[in-house]
Amino acid sequence: MSIRERMSGNEAVAYAIRQVNPDVMAAFPITPSTEIPQMVSTFIANGDIDTEFIPVESEHSSMSATMGACAAGARAITATSSCGLAFMWEVLYVAASDRLPVVMAVVNRALTGPININCDHSDSMGARDSGWLQIYAETNQEAYDNYIQSFRIAEHPDVKLPMMVCQDGFITSHAVMNIELIEDEKVKSFVGSYEPENYLLNPEMPMAIGPYANSPFYMETKMNQRIAMKNAKKVILDVAKEFEKISGRSYGLFEEYHMEDAEYVIVIMGSAAGTTKDAVDELRAKGVKAGMIKVRVFRPFPGEELAAALKDAKAIAIMDRAESFSGMGGPLGSELKAALMDAGCKATVVNNFYGIGGRDYTVEDAEAIYNDLMEFEAGTKPFKQFRYIGLRK
Amino acid sequence: MSKATDVTKINEKSPYYDITPGNQIYGGGGARKFTTGEWRTETPVVDWDKCTQCLLCTPCCPDSSIPVKDGKREDFDYDHCKGCGICAKVCPFKAITMKEGI
Ligand code: SF4
Ligand code: SF4
Repeated sequence: MSIRERMSGNEAVAYAIRQVNPDVMAAFPITPSTEIPQMVSTFIANGDIDTEFIPVESEHSSMSATMGACAAGARAITATSSCGLAFMWEVLYVAASDRLPVVMAVVNRALTGPININCDHSDSMGARDSGWLQIYAETNQEAYDNYIQSFRIAEHPDVKLPMMVCQDGFITSHAVMNIELIEDEKVKSFVGSYEPENYLLNPEMPMAIGPYANSPFYMETKMNQRIAMKNAKKVILDVAKEFEKISGRSYGLFEEYHMEDAEYVIVIMGSAAGTTKDAVDELRAKGVKAGMIKVRVFRPFPGEELAAALKDAKAIAIMDRAESFSGMGGPLGSELKAALMDAGCKATVVNNFYGIGGRDYTVEDAEAIYNDLMEFEAGTKPFKQFRYIGLRK
Repeated sequence: MSKATDVTKINEKSPYYDITPGNQIYGGGGARKFTTGEWRTETPVVDWDKCTQCLLCTPCCPDSSIPVKDGKREDFDYDHCKGCGICAKVCPFKAITMKEGI
């Protein structure tokens, strides 16, 4: 029987780490992810797990140590947020190109500047081209479930890529909600032990990791990363199916909410999906064919699958919680619009920025977006492609 | 465990699917087969009449390019010598001179 509890998203991830008992965790504290290494340290001090904790002096070092431990043959993890993730930048690409399946809990927070500790997705969205798998959670439950699944995905022989398991800072990481935990033994047997085929500390077969690869080899390396990333789609779905057997909870590349006959659709990621679902419920009660898609997996990007799910929509609002300063759309908007165009989509599509730096996003905001979609589509309101939601004017 | 990588078979003509994940190289000693001597712009030349076989140059070479056999140094391993000139500097008998080019 699963265990009913209440806990925050950070507690949920720390709980999962205790159950997985990884070999190595290297971390440096940064709000709002600090609690994760802090709680893990407590588990270690209490003798609950035998993870080797490496206290480092910066995130550049935490990522380097995590990567090094993984290359040596250990199951290695870290956690970070915001500027901590930014400080890892150089090493993120190395972990990905060296094909080291480290798992990192990312508690999303705005990047400085201006200095701000609240949630948005600018940290992990900035790292979207680093070659890491990225998976996002709406709730503490999803953060826990995604975390447990992440090892099987990252370490799969067809993938072998590092993975970010993201949740929204404070909103998910610190708010206490109900959760269903899985028994320790079930988690342990689901995750299994990490048995890399090749590793640096194997005396039977010495090896080199990360050799120099200039122009004759660099593109071939990138192609191999690209293939691994594409392979991950199937692995993510297979692992989700197996996870459903032990949890009863099902996951896909994205979640569809009232999409059966939806004409007006918001596409969103993270905790704000919950807010949007409330708006969908209210509009549905009034007879409006509103629907929502919550993108769970951002890397690899499920562009074709999303376009197929959106094929009957009349108007779509894509919601970005990060600026990219193209003067046009945000990361989710740009990529999804490209996928929609490839699929021949004729719907009215807008791209909104919301919740940046922790700005509130309310049920009323979501309802107003649906109402605007209806008006844009009917031509009763001047069309606006890009907007900031909740901006003071 | 993968088989030892044959680095002589991975070259500038190898398709991407023949390259290991993460470019990992299995089995030690790959550097021996990977010739890097062409990086040189200057080349050490030994004058055997001046060489006393004191063997000071060998441990100073950063590229292990001065082989020793039966207590005597042999000619340079030009497949790996980078032409740094350290050996010429350390030789107490000025038996090594640096010539321009490979
Ligand atoms: S240091 Fe000079 S003299 Fe001594 S072994 Fe080398 S080349 Fe010969
Ligand atoms: S020139 Fe440098 S690399 Fe070449 S043999 Fe002398 S010390 Fe070694």
